[in-house]
Amino acid sequence: MIAAIITRFLAVALLACLLAAPAAAQTTIRLGGIMTLEGALSELGQEGLRGMEMALEEVNYTVAGKRIVFIREASDAKPDVAVRKARKLIEHDNVDILIGPLSGGEGLAIKEYSKTVPGKTFINGYSAAQETTLFNPSPNFFRFNADGAQWQAGLGSYAYDVKGYRNVVVVASDYSFGYTQVLGFMTEFCVKGGRVSSKIWVPFGAGVTDFSSVIARIPDNVDAVYAMLGGADSVNFLTQYFQAGRKIPLVGSSNLTEQTVLRSMRGPFEKRMIGIPSAHIVADEGIVGPAYQDFVAKYKKRFAGTGLAAPSAVYYGYYIATKAALTALEQVGGDLGGNQARYRETLSKLVLDTPTGSVSLDENRQAIANIFVTEVAQRADGTLYTNVIKLNRGINQTLGQPRAAFIARGAPSRDNPSCP
Amino acid sequence: MRLFLHATLNGITVAALYFIVAIGFTLIFGLMRVINLAHGSMFLFGAYIGHTVAAATGNWFLGLAVAGLSVSLIGLIIQYTVLDRIQGQELRQALVTIGLSIVIADLMLAIYGGGTYQFTMPAMLVGSVSLPIVGGYPIFRLVVVGAAMLVGLLIWLIIYRTRFGIIIRAGVDDRQMLGALGVNVPLVSVLVFGLGAGLAGLAGVVGGTALSISPGEDARYLLSSLVVVIVGGMGSLLGTAIGALLIGLAEQIGLAYFSTYSVILSFVIMAAVLALRPQGLLGRSG
Repeated sequence: MIAAIITRFLAVALLACLLAAPAAAQTTIRLGGIMTLEGALSELGQEGLRGMEMALEEVNYTVAGKRIVFIREASDAKPDVAVRKARKLIEHDNVDILIGPLSGGEGLAIKEYSKTVPGKTFINGYSAAQETTLFNPSPNFFRFNADGAQWQAGLGSYAYDVKGYRNVVVVASDYSFGYTQVLGFMTEFCVKGGRVSSKIWVPFGAGVTDFSSVIARIPDNVDAVYAMLGGADSVNFLTQYFQAGRKIPLVGSSNLTEQTVLRSMRGPFEKRMIGIPSAHIVADEGIVGPAYQDFVAKYKKRFAGTGLAAPSAVYYGYYIATKAALTALEQVGGDLGGNQARYRETLSKLVLDTPTGSVSLDENRQAIANIFVTEVAQRADGTLYTNVIKLNRGINQTLGQPRAAFIARGAPSRDNPSCP
Repeated sequence: MRLFLHATLNGITVAALYFIVAIGFTLIFGLMRVINLAHGSMFLFGAYIGHTVAAATGNWFLGLAVAGLSVSLIGLIIQYTVLDRIQGQELRQALVTIGLSIVIADLMLAIYGGGTYQFTMPAMLVGSVSLPIVGGYPIFRLVVVGAAMLVGLLIWLIIYRTRFGIIIRAGVDDRQMLGALGVNVPLVSVLVFGLGAGLAGLAGVVGGTALSISPGEDARYLLSSLVVVIVGGMGSLLGTAIGALLIGLAEQIGLAYFSTYSVILSFVIMAAVLALRPQGLLGRSG
């Protein structure tokens, strides 16, 4: 009986070896993707998936003569879930390259996990926590997208130089992404000589939908209000701000003027949205350049009826990440031997051609990226959109500030930076 | 001073909204001892239905009416087909309503997506009025307070001044005796459930107009209703009003003066009430 079991086991093992033999020769490359296809961010996760699909379809799932096998896993924005899915993809599905995750907390967790599997390559999807690459970077974790502070590059200068604002009040969500965006805005604004006299931190994810008491705290004697809120929070804050009859001009975080918010702001206050400046990695119209127009047109054609009205930032992030993975694969001729050392070397030196221009990585494998400064505008049919004022190229992670001093100030927080 | 008055006024308007939601919750509990954990879903569903109708017809009031009626109808159906079968089994009813709330939430996510919706207010309710000291204040928020007072008054009249109200109050005290007297208790239950659910539907439109509608609001309003009712006392009309006021004021004054920790304040109040007076401020013990 036991002998029979052992024999059967050996037979299965032999069969497995035979089946595995072709894979060892690497005629295919296994690419994993993690995005939030479950939970509150599931719509964003869909966009991430679309971004990866688009990049893969552009090369017809083939690179350097090798077929790409794409395996995706759903997370739900929880760091532990993202790590579990990453582990499943690496250990069970045996992927060579992993693209993802989507949210900040997940990004930090995946970066730490990547250190435990040095033979694999991780390329960040959309997650934008500054700490992921600025502090304790992982040698096999790459990010071709800007972090949350970089997203705001150019906005501080625009508010100071063009709008002439000198004294600003910050109203922001009280969590790490809020701190990061505020840092992105304030770094430039404070260096110019602007003052942020007070910061009002609003609880995040605690079910605050009534911001009227927060709005009542905004003093009248400031030049502008910098508002960093996302999704439903943005819509609630903006509506209540206008309802309360407040007149101080607004400056917006990246997600304050996202298309989802602009769509919800149609109605009695749509005119008040016009002219709100912001900065982001994506934009709707204006001087975006032919490559970006082409990128938008392809999205609209491919995902007509299923996708959004225009590609979102998440789509952009995953698209760029996948494009980077594929471009570097092409350059090494699909060779992932030697624990992918040559592939990673190529990735670190890659100058990636993106819809906003070329992107390269710094010594921590973090993108030096291109950022749009925009203003909300209205089309003839009444819809609101972000109109590009300027495209700032070559924004590094320290936002042009001396690196050592920038790092010494530590991670963004309620009190960093400060220029009262 | 201006900030304090403003926050107080905000607290009262939020309390008004919480009151309209929680009054349906407490009515249902009061008569039927059903802890309807799908109450938040009724709120959000009402908001979506109302938004669809209001956007299609351009008539906000029609949206309000349709939301109230259709959610009321759904309440009737749920009570008649599901909850009535497990009458008296409180744990089962709680579990079934949690299950329903999850199913309804996912259905709504599938139909309406994750976006944020806003109502277009009727023209006469747009804008702000100038109040002494506080300055400009949105008219609609004052209307919400008026609506809550109207709802409170109507419910009070129904419960204390009509025959139907006498039956409801008798049912709270002794269901079996009421049945023995020849009253069709299941029918009364269905009607009360419909009324409670309908109020949640109305509140969905009012709340969605004052603030906005997005996924997750169902859980938020369920939680606020629970807190309000626990503080005020289960099944008590006046208790619900006091509970709503306390929680609304705590939330807004907290946001105005120490926003980071404001969320804790409501729960501190709830914990204090539970520790000192477990049946709620105006609840009856036992």
